Amino acid sequence: MSMNRYTRDQIAQRVAKDIFEGAYVNLGIGLPTKVANFLPADREVFLHSENGLLGMGPVPEPGEEDEDLINAGKQPVTLLTGGAYFHHGDSFAMMRGGHLDICVLGAFQVSEKGDLANWHTGASDAIPAVGGAMDLALGAKKVFVMMDHQTKSGESKIVRLCSYPLTGMSCVNRIYTDLAVLDVTPNGLRVAEMAPGLTFEELQAATSAPLLAP
Amino acid sequence: MWSTEGENMIDKTFESLERAVADVPDGATVMIGGFGNAGMPSALINALIAQGARELTIVNNNAGNGETGLAALLKAKRVRKIICSFPRQADSHHFDALYRGGEIELELTPQGNLAERIRAAGAGIGGFFTPTGYGTLLAEGKETRLIDGRHYVLESPIHADYALIKALRGDRWGNLVYRKTARNFGPIMAMAAKTTIAQVSDIVPLGELDPEVIVTPGIFVQRVVKEAA
Repeated sequence: MSMNRYTRDQIAQRVAKDIFEGAYVNLGIGLPTKVANFLPADREVFLHSENGLLGMGPVPEPGEEDEDLINAGKQPVTLLTGGAYFHHGDSFAMMRGGHLDICVLGAFQVSEKGDLANWHTGASDAIPAVGGAMDLALGAKKVFVMMDHQTKSGESKIVRLCSYPLTGMSCVNRIYTDLAVLDVTPNGLRVAEMAPGLTFEELQAATSAPLLAP
Repeated sequence: MWSTEGENMIDKTFESLERAVADVPDGATVMIGGFGNAGMPSALINALIAQGARELTIVNNNAGNGETGLAALLKAKRVRKIICSFPRQADSHHFDALYRGGEIELELTPQGNLAERIRAAGAGIGGFFTPTGYGTLLAEGKETRLIDGRHYVLESPIHADYALIKALRGDRWGNLVYRKTARNFGPIMAMAAKTTIAQVSDIVPLGELDPEVIVTPGIFVQRVVKEAA
């Protein structure tokens, strides 16, 4: 299709706009890690990593990597001045106890009720791995999903009911895609923003769940 | 009893890695600290491989990375079952082969449930209700309860016979401090096992660890051994 789409960097930039000063935030593995690149330098945001750190900083300079200082994706990171280390029980209490303001997750599918599927394709030969996804999906005060609107073969990833195994039920608050920003509301999915030049009708045609106009 | 100097004092330090793991029997449940390779007690795992215990049930966040540590224990076919949250990774080929060959049992548990199940064992909790996993494949067959309008799943503690963990420094009472994100599961696993064995970079004299910053108090640690002679 020849629709105008946000690039991945533009999606990350759009998510970053919704991360407020002072927020405690967990960025999931993969696409969501890009969001950190677009947080303004003058905005203090506390990045949490499930393996036990708050105040996560950027990737270290080459040669400065420390194998004892990694993120959830097991990549080397740094600690900001004022950051802290803690054990896994505390780290997941931060999620599960509702202390994180925002988490940003990737997804295979999101349903119109905000159900999330992002851990398992359900394929019989797949080795399942869940990590912290289920805890993040239910624990953070706001759950943002960041993903392509459609699969590579053009199927909508925003659906009436998830066909993939669920990560959590009714847990997603906002969805950022290459076509739009959508809010999960009690009445259904409401369009908050659309890619420039895209019409509501075109967006609806690309989405298998019904949408509410802005 | 108020003296901390002299002969016949409590000394949890072991001379060698081999002796520290010598009594781990076949069929034991062994917690292994670490998140990926950060905090992985590879020296203790190597000693356990040499010791020969088999049919082990292992509790770890992952299922081995690359060739060392837990991956080497899996490769040596010493593990009957693994309880973990994130087995499949780019470099988990030894686990992948065992799993696809039907040679290992997998109990997959969300990472927060894994941590809380370990912590619960250490704190004497018989079970707990958590919303994590409700309505998913990982809660199938488990008791659920509606509490204040929210759905919860009953999860059980994970007890272990041994915990092998890695810390930065320890003393003869078993007090430990860790290094950066290598801390991860160490403190809660130390609480949950009957016998906790800590591999440390340095054994320091009693009193050298600041009591205000000791992360794992020695009551949770039975053996301390230096990772390299």
